Amino acid sequence: MTEQRFGFETRAIHAGAAPDPATGARATPIYQTTSFVFEDVDEAASLFNLQKVGFIYSRLTNPTVSVLEERLANLEGGAGATCTSSGHAAQMMAFFPLMRPGDEFIASRKLYGGSLNQFANSFPRAFGWNCRFVGGDDADEFRRAVTDKTRAIFIESLANPGGVVSDIEAIARVAEEAGVPLVVDNTMATPYLCRPIEHGATLVVHSTTKFLGGHGNSVGGVVVDSGKFDWSKSGKFPALSEPEPGYHGLRFHETFGHLAFTIHGHAIGLRDLGPSQAPMNAFLTLTGIETLALRMQRHCENGRRVAEFLSGHKAVAWVNYAGLPASPYHGLARKYLGGQGGAVFTFGLKAGYEAGVKLVESVQLFSHLANIGDTRSLIIHPASTTHRQLTPEGLVAAGAGPDVIRLSVGLETADDIIADLDRALNAL
Amino acid sequence: MDHDSYPDAHIQDILAGVKTIAFVGASANWNRPVFFVMKYMQTKGYRVVPVNPALVGQQVLGEPGYASLRDLPFAVDMVDIFRNAEAAGPVADEAADLGIRVIWMQLGVRNDAAAARAEARGATVIMNRCPKIEYARLFGEIGRQGINSNVITTKRRPVKPARKLI
Repeated sequence: MTEQRFGFETRAIHAGAAPDPATGARATPIYQTTSFVFEDVDEAASLFNLQKVGFIYSRLTNPTVSVLEERLANLEGGAGATCTSSGHAAQMMAFFPLMRPGDEFIASRKLYGGSLNQFANSFPRAFGWNCRFVGGDDADEFRRAVTDKTRAIFIESLANPGGVVSDIEAIARVAEEAGVPLVVDNTMATPYLCRPIEHGATLVVHSTTKFLGGHGNSVGGVVVDSGKFDWSKSGKFPALSEPEPGYHGLRFHETFGHLAFTIHGHAIGLRDLGPSQAPMNAFLTLTGIETLALRMQRHCENGRRVAEFLSGHKAVAWVNYAGLPASPYHGLARKYLGGQGGAVFTFGLKAGYEAGVKLVESVQLFSHLANIGDTRSLIIHPASTTHRQLTPEGLVAAGAGPDVIRLSVGLETADDIIADLDRALNAL
Repeated sequence: MDHDSYPDAHIQDILAGVKTIAFVGASANWNRPVFFVMKYMQTKGYRVVPVNPALVGQQVLGEPGYASLRDLPFAVDMVDIFRNAEAAGPVADEAADLGIRVIWMQLGVRNDAAAARAEARGATVIMNRCPKIEYARLFGEIGRQGINSNVITTKRRPVKPARKLI
């Protein structure tokens, strides 16, 4: 069964998940244990030396979490993956092997507001990792921001709060010229719509909390490595190419080749920073991923129908949905997302801020909360919640101005979702 | 033979069919990649044979070192070459002279001309792969580090029998 190239749906159900070797259990068991017994002292030494593959302690590896890691690596077309406690932890873990204090990375300004905060404030203050923000739409802006301290470029494939699609291939070329990896947050698109590694990304990060888990019940994240970057070539990435003092001078890239980033992620990243994913969350996320293709199809269908409805409503000033042919990003959506626009997008109300607040409070089927990618339809006013730490200029640059409403369209009956919005809009 | 990508079944057949592996470029330093591979393969039941002039008179993992493949007093089924691509050529020629069935060049090592010469003399050649990674991937272990094995199976993986309690 190993030579056939399996389809996305088959891999979403089976990749990484053989029957449990100990019991034959067909669903992936939840290995709710901190630690694993060594066979003997020699085996323990081999495990700690990374000479043998196996389990030591659930901060480093856990059998349930490993299944999720292989599943996600497979769906993204990567060499390996490291699961983390959240999407934010995944971003920290992606940059950790790349950056030293004083190094820089370049990021699009069109990002999830929480990422903007992490990059603009906490990373430089805590780690000395400095982010240069650029507009995001023009690859040349990234090119002009490259310096000899640049160690990575970061974008979102389909950007939160929505409607913006990045030109991954053009920006990947800039990263290649600069000799640094392109890191793509693929949370909003999921590998069902977009596989950034096929377009030149080196690393893919996710908040698995969103569409991958899909049911709003488990926080988690992942870093997937393509296995295609030569970490030793430029000398810019000594954590991977030079002797690691925490492992008796072992060189990860020399020893583990294309698996170096992922093995470093577990052996150094999770060991020393500690943001491992809980086995229970990994189990729930695995269960979610089994139906990813079905759910994303319906999410996109419902998203498009709601976007079309809003575009025609007299109270709505604009709709920013890349799945609509009128969107300036529709061309990129056709190139990278199969023409789909996902299920998270923004729109503006003609009556502005006050009307936005009233709408959020008067919908009944929508839940007013700070998450996306749930079976339930969600609504939020980013300027007063997820993006509220930004300046007024920052809000507009991030696509989250004061009049903006963000929707995450769920899997309820589309007519019910539209009727709820229609009633609330007509009451404004 | 296409040396850009090998069918999984081909690698699996090789690893299931060899018993004794010589490692040219072996090291007694536990922290060198070649030591990792030798130790891992030894725990999987292979006999590993260190080959390196610097190791004559020493033991690695309980096995005496030999200066060259020609000096081995017994036959080996496979050689794993931990040398650079240029140095790998004469080693592959020597292995083919000696009739070693499988000539494997380690991850990062590829010498197409030497491979063609060895194949013309009946040897099976694998290049730019690591037997430790391939074994772990194809025999159901590598997922334990989050690595994409590219293997899908609905069969139960074997486990060692537990020791009896009574």
